[in-house]
Order: sequence, then structure tokens, then C-alpha cells
Amino acid sequence: MTMMSGAQMVVRTLEDLGVDHLFGYPGGAVLDIYDALLESTKIKHILGRHEQGVAHAADGYARSTGKVGVCLVTSGPGATNTVTAIATAYMDSIPMVILTGQVGTPLIGSDAFQEVDTVGITRPIVKHSYLCQCALDIPKYIRQAFYLASSGRPGPVVVDIPKDCVRPSLRFEYPEQEGPVRLRSYNPTKQGHRGQVKRAAKLLADSLRPIMLVGGGAQLSGAIDEVRAIAHRFNLPVTSTLMGLGVYPSTDKQFLGMLGMHGTYEANNAMDKADVVFAVGCRFDDRVTNNLSKFCPAAKIIHIDIDPASISKTVTADIPIVGDAKTVLNQFIEAFDEFDLHENEALKTWWAEIAKWRHIDCLNYAKNDTLIQPQEIIEAVYKATNGKAIIATDVGQHQMFTALYYKFDEPRKLLTSGGLGTMGYGFPAAIGAAVGNPDSTVCLFTGDGSFQMNIQELSTCLEYDLPIKIFILDNSTLGMVRQWQRMFYKGHISSTNLNYNPDFVALAKAYGHEGIKVTSPKDLDGAIEKALAMKDKLVIVDIACNTDAKVLPMQQGGGSMSDMFLSED
Amino acid sequence: MRHVISILIENEAGALSRVVGLFSQRGYNIDSLTVAPTDDPTLSRCTILTTGEKDEAEQITKQLHKLVCVFRVSALFEEAEGGIEREMVLVKVNTPNRNVRDEVKGLADIFSAKIIDVNAEIFTLEYVGTSSETDNFIQTLCKLAEVVEVVRSGVLGIAKGTHYMKP
Repeated sequence: MTMMSGAQMVVRTLEDLGVDHLFGYPGGAVLDIYDALLESTKIKHILGRHEQGVAHAADGYARSTGKVGVCLVTSGPGATNTVTAIATAYMDSIPMVILTGQVGTPLIGSDAFQEVDTVGITRPIVKHSYLCQCALDIPKYIRQAFYLASSGRPGPVVVDIPKDCVRPSLRFEYPEQEGPVRLRSYNPTKQGHRGQVKRAAKLLADSLRPIMLVGGGAQLSGAIDEVRAIAHRFNLPVTSTLMGLGVYPSTDKQFLGMLGMHGTYEANNAMDKADVVFAVGCRFDDRVTNNLSKFCPAAKIIHIDIDPASISKTVTADIPIVGDAKTVLNQFIEAFDEFDLHENEALKTWWAEIAKWRHIDCLNYAKNDTLIQPQEIIEAVYKATNGKAIIATDVGQHQMFTALYYKFDEPRKLLTSGGLGTMGYGFPAAIGAAVGNPDSTVCLFTGDGSFQMNIQELSTCLEYDLPIKIFILDNSTLGMVRQWQRMFYKGHISSTNLNYNPDFVALAKAYGHEGIKVTSPKDLDGAIEKALAMKDKLVIVDIACNTDAKVLPMQQGGGSMSDMFLSED
Repeated sequence: MRHVISILIENEAGALSRVVGLFSQRGYNIDSLTVAPTDDPTLSRCTILTTGEKDEAEQITKQLHKLVCVFRVSALFEEAEGGIEREMVLVKVNTPNRNVRDEVKGLADIFSAKIIDVNAEIFTLEYVGTSSETDNFIQTLCKLAEVVEVVRSGVLGIAKGTHYMKP
């Protein structure tokens, strides 16, 4: 029989769940937990410099490792500072457990110091949340939180822990976990409906203009081999959402590139003309579909998703299949054995059509000798890292350039805020990835706008020796907003100029890191090589690039998938 | 279109706020809401009346079902055998003279409503029926006497026939 306090139970439960890294920031309501943490030899605590950074780091850790990301913050402002990060994880279905301190139960509701209704504030952006009432709730709720966060459609779960529940003087017998967690009202469907799978397999086998659309769900469920096997077997063209990049190798000849607002010409045209869209773990978000009434007019939609509410929410599915992407694709692979697969020849006409769209070469851009183009920065880093790095991005032009020009061949290599579009996400997410993958090169593509939204985490990297390579695509403007102002607001430049940026190289040095400034295209490759060669140093490479570059291609708002702007004019 | 949605939820702190929050967060409206524990005190049964297109109701049911605290959801009148709905109303009417008192009493008899509280100036009536019957009762009463207060319970619903909702 082990007697322990609530605070010790927090630590012990996390240890039992296999947590080795905890991202956190202390404060009044969690003092006892921090005291108990000192005794733990299994959990390494990573102290961030702002709770938003802490929670994004847990998110980046989760995305890059596939494990549940865990963070611990105090009550009140500690909890509210994590809200953006929780919403970010929620929109992208990232498994995270957020432990928040709370004022003591007798004080709840009295507007006590550093009190907020954390469960209430986070309710619309969590998969579930708990408010502990006593010490013994702690192990129970944390275990349930892990189970919920990582099963079904993953997502963030908040466990709010009042201060009196962790009081060191009150000790209870620690309840060992007996068997797997079960929740009577929660039972996600893993297996797809057999009849539906059969019908879908038949439809796919008979189609002449099919396309496979891979989303974040395939990434999260680890349906990597399955996606690749099916695509190869049918000679299917494959496209991907932002969240699905890396599930199918970007350098493979069957890959058409990302689809959607800034998708490639070939991907969007193939969607528009397809007769069957085989969608695996995506939710047909508005940045993917453009005008719903003009979306894929000729296509039958097969939609696999673990969340029934994602099916027929925006795009009506002809064959809906609720289930885990990996499990369902394996059912498909079995079902295909019953068909005479058509020869690869059958799709010859379709591939010939695709070849015409590819021939447009929509990602082509003009370089020049004096001005660095943002696209060439991504390409140069891609080359220098052999495409093997873990890449975090912030949000804006550089994010889309990364998605288009860094060719992800492996899953879980791109960490980016897709659904919420959170500026300031990238740097802390890179920290999480560096903590979770000490043997990988971790790079951040950011902008001069985004980077300043969580720049304080430079200290964290010094403390924990995280040698992240930071490439600032520095155009002295909020590039994506400026692009819209130029394209759709008559060129009115309203509040997007960033003329008072710090000297990022000096800043890097002030924080104890290295910095390199690049202004000329001829110095670009050398600077990147130099930065990557400093293996144990964080390096900021501040790269002055074209302020007026636009992310192209771009879909025309209100149009079909294939209505696109291809060039500046 | 009108939808009556039955929900079986965990009877625990915060469960109802998740259900209600989901409606506001996703832009659906609640016309009426009733909730109380069931014969199993760990469960609550909730009936929500909402209006919207058919696919909207479908999306609401799916989203509700996603809540971890929710066991069962069904849109009653979309079920094969349909549903039964009831609503209770308590009404206070001014009864200043004998004439009005007689009229109100007569109306209560016709509608099978009960007069549950009486004093010199005011009668309090109780009526149970479907929502449209309840509307009708209140409207008719308004024509006979001055209605000073109306309290409606909101719709309660249950499936017809052999269907029943259990965890």
C-alpha cells in the first residue's frame, strides 16, 4: 500500500502512463505538484517561457512522436495563456493532456486570486475536460484523459486540479490502474462497415478517373503503408491536404502535390475532373473545397473518417465509412483480393490528362541575382537537409511555400497549424519536436511577423540545448495579409508593414545563440550549410527576401477547384 | 423544420453545459430544453426542441453523440415509428368577477385542464398536451380572460412503439 498526496499522485500517474517529458510553467496553484516533481527521476520537466509556448511545445512533441503531449500550467492566466494552443491542437486533432492548476475547491466561484473557470473557457475547444474534486480523482481523470486524447479522433483534454486536492498533508492510498480505461459512454468505431467497404472497393476498381485524397487522419492513424500500397496497386493519383503531407511520398511520381486554396494546378484539376474521390481521414475544410456547390461535380465521394460528424458535414459522401483510417484501409486491401483489378493501362488516358496539367509547371518561379525569392529558401533548405529534417512552420506565406516546395517523403515531419492557422505556433512546436527527437535535425520556417509571437522561447532552447535551425523568411511585412491586400483590397496596405523589426542576428546572440544574416541569393546556400553544420547550436538565419512575392497558384474565391490564379498577371 | 432530440447523458457536473454549449457554439438554436435524472440516478434524460433543415438536425445529432458525456441521441420524429411529445403549462389568469370565473372553469373542463390554485382574484391552471395543443389552450384562454403569467415546461419526448432508449 502506497500512501501519497494528490501532488505525488499527479507525478506517479504520469510516470505510470510512460510520460518522460512534461512541458510546464509553475505558479501558485501548482506549487505542490512542482514540489513533488522534484522527486521524479522518470519525468524530465521542460520549462518554457510563456504558457502558450509550453502548450504548443507539447503539441509539437505529440505531432512529431505520435505520443500524447503533456503540459502543466498554473491557474488563471496560466490556464488562459494555453487557450490558443489548445484550440490549435483541437482543430488539428492532436493528442494532448493539459494539466491546469485551480484555486482550492472552497474558493471556486468566489473570484479568488488567479481564478478562472478553466473548464468553461476551454469547453468548446477540448475533446473533453475534467475538474477534480478530491485527490483520488487525479489518477482516475488523468488516465481517462490520456485514453480520450489518444483514441478515436484524437484531441486535447484538460484536467483542472484545485489546490486543495494536491495538499501534501493529505495522503491517500494510491489506486493502481487495473486493466485498460473504459468509459461507458465513449466507444469510437474502428472497423469500417464491411458492406460499405466492399461497395467502395468496387467503385474504386471500376473508376477511370480516380484520385486519392489523403488527410491528417491518415497521418494520425499511421496508415502510411496502407495508403502507399493501395495507391500503387491501383496506380492512383494521390493528393494531400496540408495535414496529410508526408503520408504519401511527395517525390513519388503518383503524387500530384497538395490540393486546395494554394494547391497545385494538377491536384486541383484532377479533383475537379475526377469520377471518384477516395478521401482518407480528411474533413473537406473550406480551404480545401473552394465553393462547395462547384466542388468535384463529376465525382462520387468515398469518405473514410473516424469522426461520423466529419462525414457529410460539408461535402456529401456517396459512400461514407466510419472507422480508423489504418484499420479501414486494411479492410480495403482484403476486399480488393475479390476483384479482378484493372490493369494500370486502364488509367492511361487519365494519367495523360494529368500530365498536361503537370506540364504547366505551376510551381515555377523567376529567380534573380539580387533579390532572394522565398521559394528558393525552402528549396535550398530542402536540398541541404536531404528532405530528412523535421520541419515546423508558423503561419502565412512561408507556411504555404513550405508545403509546396519542401517535399515531405515521410510522415510526422511537418508540424504546422492547419486548422486554426496560429501564428506563433512554429517555434515552440519545434522545441517540442527537438525534445522528442534528439537525433533529428529540426528546422523552423517562420516569418518576421510570426516569429515575434513566441520569440521568448529562445531562452528555453538555451537552457535545454535545443539546436533548432530557424530560417526567417524576412520580408518586413505580414506577407500573406499583404498579398490579400494587393489582390483583393485594391493594393491598400493597411497595418501590414513591419518596419520596426529587431536585428534578429543580434537578438540571437543576446539570447546566447548564433545568428547569420543573408541578403543576397549567392550567399544563401553557404549560410544554410553553415547553420546546419553548427550541430549543437541554435542558429537564426535571417534571410531578407522579396516583399512582393505571392503564394501561387491560388484558387479564385467562389470558384470550382480548378478556377485558379497561376501567375502574377 | 421542427426536431425533437432526445439525449441520454451522464448525470454529472458540467454535462448539461456541454450539451447547451454545443448548440450555441455551432450556431443551432434551442427552442426548449428539459432535463432531469432518470430511474438510474447516474443518468439524465434531456429533450431539446430545435428548428432547422434536415441535414442540420443530422449534424446536431452527430456532434452531440461525439460528446464524451453523451450515451444516446435520437431525433424522435425521424425514427421509424415516430415519437410522442408532451408539454405542461401552468397559467395564471385574472378572475375579477363570477362571470370570468365561470368562463375559465368551463374552458378548463373542455380542455381537460386542471385548476390547481384558486383565490379571489386569480386562478392557476395546469394543462398537458402537445406543443400545438398547448399553444391553442393558451390562445383560447387569452380570449376569455387576462392571462398574467405563463410557465411552459418545454417539450418532453419518447419514441413510439417498441423503441426505447437505454445505455
